[in-house]
Amino acid sequence: MMMSERRAAVVAGHGRFAEGIISAVAQVMGEGHGLVAVTNADRTPEGIEQAIREALDRTGATVLFTDLPAGSCTFVGARLARSVPALHVVTGTSLPMLLSFVAGGTLEKVVEQAQAGIRVLGEGR
Amino acid sequence: MTLELLRIDDRLIHGQVVVGWGQPCEIGFFVLVDDAIAGAAWEQELYRMGTPPEMAIEFVTVAQAVQGLARYQADPRVGMLLTGDIETMDRLTAASPSLRQVTIGGLHMKPGRVQRMRYVFLSPAEEARLQAMAARGLTVVAQDVPSAPVMSLDEVLRGDGTA
Repeated sequence: MMMSERRAAVVAGHGRFAEGIISAVAQVMGEGHGLVAVTNADRTPEGIEQAIREALDRTGATVLFTDLPAGSCTFVGARLARSVPALHVVTGTSLPMLLSFVAGGTLEKVVEQAQAGIRVLGEGR
Repeated sequence: MTLELLRIDDRLIHGQVVVGWGQPCEIGFFVLVDDAIAGAAWEQELYRMGTPPEMAIEFVTVAQAVQGLARYQADPRVGMLLTGDIETMDRLTAASPSLRQVTIGGLHMKPGRVQRMRYVFLSPAEEARLQAMAARGLTVVAQDVPSAPVMSLDEVLRGDGTA
């Protein structure tokens, strides 16, 4: 079975976070997931903004996933969202969130499922 | 306690600062020195949103930072002062002789800059400004995170981007 609709999003974060988490999505869901990686490595805030803008324009994505609430990509995304009202910025990105998004979940569902999936396992927990 | 660190970082408040330094050093307050952000309520709200509630942030101009320095240094919490560029830190330290050391935490790639360290890219004008600050008696070092080695200005300026 093929995914009925390709949903584009940009994933941005520290180091190889975006590249790595997208590779994990591909392992679970296969290629054609519509996610594009941007790293903040070596980039000024202006450089990060340019890279995210280019990725959004190239893919037509209206969702930006970032890794850290206090991260430079999140701040850049929040600034971008002021001038691009259609853009949604989702931070604290995890693998369950991206899998839910690629599978067609709404952003509300994406966040809800990710929060529900956080567990501490083990005896006495 | 006092101001633990005076950091030059073009990303200002971000992951390395809040998590990398903030948590292990138990930073209680940040002083963000930027003449533009000091007058931009929305930008301030953005930085507050990304900072844990136990870490306070004060947004000030260079002139206000000079005025507030004694208060920051007397604060019982551990503090970090941040500027987004060398020029701002130069103006602040020139007006505040009690400040003895500044740390380059992150200056990234821009046209006209050369990579000196993994996280430090400098233009010739910026290098000259750092040397002038050092000539004034200020200790200028580079260190991005607490676990990284502290590099002297000479080591930074001799660097080829591999360290």
